[in-house]
Amino acid sequence: MAERQMMLTRQGWSDALLELGEKNPNVVVLDADLAKSTLTINFKNKYPKRFFDMGIAEQNMINTAGGLSLTGLIPFVSTYGVFVSGRAWEQIRTSICYGQLNVKLGGAHGGISVGQDGATHQALEEIAIMRVIPNMTVLVPSDYYETKKAVLAAAEINGPVYIRFGREKVPVVTNEESKFEVGKANIMKEGNDVTIIACGTMVAESLDASEELAKEGINAEVINLHTIKPIDKETLINSVKKTGCLVTAEEHQMAGGMGSAVFEVLMQDHPVPAEMVGINDTFGESGQPRELMEKYGITSKEIIEQAKEVLNRKT
Amino acid sequence: MTYPKILTDKERLLKAIQMRRDIVEMVHSAQSGHPGGSLSSVEILITLYYEFLKHDSDNPKWPERDRMIFCKAHITPAIYSILARTGYFDPATLTTFRHFGSDLQGHPYRFHPKGLEMSGGSLGQNLSITQGIALGLKTQGKSNRVYGLSSEGDLQEGNSWEAIMSAAHYRLDNLILFVDYNKLQIDGNCEDVMGVAPLDKKFESFNWHVLRVKDGHNFKQIRKAIQKALTLTGKPTVIICDTIKGKGISYMENKAEWHGKAPNDEQLAQAMKDLDEQEKNVNKKYS
Repeated sequence: MAERQMMLTRQGWSDALLELGEKNPNVVVLDADLAKSTLTINFKNKYPKRFFDMGIAEQNMINTAGGLSLTGLIPFVSTYGVFVSGRAWEQIRTSICYGQLNVKLGGAHGGISVGQDGATHQALEEIAIMRVIPNMTVLVPSDYYETKKAVLAAAEINGPVYIRFGREKVPVVTNEESKFEVGKANIMKEGNDVTIIACGTMVAESLDASEELAKEGINAEVINLHTIKPIDKETLINSVKKTGCLVTAEEHQMAGGMGSAVFEVLMQDHPVPAEMVGINDTFGESGQPRELMEKYGITSKEIIEQAKEVLNRKT
Repeated sequence: MTYPKILTDKERLLKAIQMRRDIVEMVHSAQSGHPGGSLSSVEILITLYYEFLKHDSDNPKWPERDRMIFCKAHITPAIYSILARTGYFDPATLTTFRHFGSDLQGHPYRFHPKGLEMSGGSLGQNLSITQGIALGLKTQGKSNRVYGLSSEGDLQEGNSWEAIMSAAHYRLDNLILFVDYNKLQIDGNCEDVMGVAPLDKKFESFNWHVLRVKDGHNFKQIRKAIQKALTLTGKPTVIICDTIKGKGISYMENKAEWHGKAPNDEQLAQAMKDLDEQEKNVNKKYS
């Protein structure tokens, strides 16, 4: 498997916020006592008057951001994904999304790879509960560079955006120059036999899987679906038209997540044999990130298995 | 039309009667909605929209305007009435309230009618919005005032107390919050359902300036409290107004059942009779 540089996605969040702070005086940042962990501390240190500590009170943090946006500011809200998306879900639904307020939500510690903090802190549901709300844009960048670009792109959108990123260093699969456009999936590797659609850390796992599959003569197409909503139907449909089968891979509950979003599109427009790799209706636990990903079945190994499974079902 | 302007005593009283007619007619027309808490807020809203809020109904997005946010946003009959009567839209459309295709949604949708600052209806949320606006304006060095209207029901929500905590933390002395304290909610007496008293001590301990208005239907007392609030600095101010749910309609006063119920034709006629009588008395008093 390819040796890849390892970098923090939350560093991408932090670096992009600093860049936005420099570029746009209306950008402000709010955090719920986790600035050192989400790395918004760097923005706080550089722009103390544009940073608001909101304490451990996420519902108020979300709607404070809503209020700030109504005065022309562009608030970026930061805390762990479980808290931002879950604790304040109705605030996000009714105030932010119904009101189309220009608020950006950064959900750190997405996925089971959060590791030792255990189930309470491993956000595995945010994609589902964020994408179901009208007017919301949902971004799940795959690595440091893509997180940075996603945050910069979010600032250009006039409306609510949710950006998910993780805790641990993850393999770098894009680079400074890679193209990133909200709503446009990136084909990371072209192939004809099977389509693998992934987001977040699972893009790297999918690329690893495709290398292994290649050794067995299977040519997989790997798509990085960094924008879950609005979903890039065209790229997805064109790929499965070519390959005729599909595996989705995400560090999230299978129910309602990225895979579900893909299935919704393809079941309507171009059904093909398909399988999901993801968390199967369970909570996580404490452990090292790799141990957990292996136990809960979200590594390249499962992607390879499912790719062979759908290939077998292809007529 | 630009505000604030000064009303005469008679004008205030007649405007209150007009608003109460609007409220009852809207809820009757829709056969749903929230008359009780709308009627209890009438004098507070007239005082704010005519005599204190800096705003211009011909230029709803005027950057210099003061902001008014409804935390108890279910009182759309009162909200739409005051906006229509201060010139934001044609009062003739008020009775389209809650009808299919109307701009006047059951709970506020911030994009219409003109003059609304924010959507609302889910209690507990808009106090955070209110103090977020106050924080945003203060951060940008702007002098606009921010007003909010809450209620005992709104103050049962945990989110409200998070907002009260953070408004004090950020010393938002550009924020004045009203509590329309009519002490009744859907299921009955607030103190039976989930007590919030003593509200004054609670706000004090959260580090707010606290003012009490003993009769929230007395224009003079409301005006005096706002004038006082405008002199206070260093922390946000709450003005707790003791009010009567269903105020002005004989059979609705102090009845929790009129929180969210519509009058039938007979009850509408009785309400109009009550209001006609009040109008006659006002005209007599000031003739």
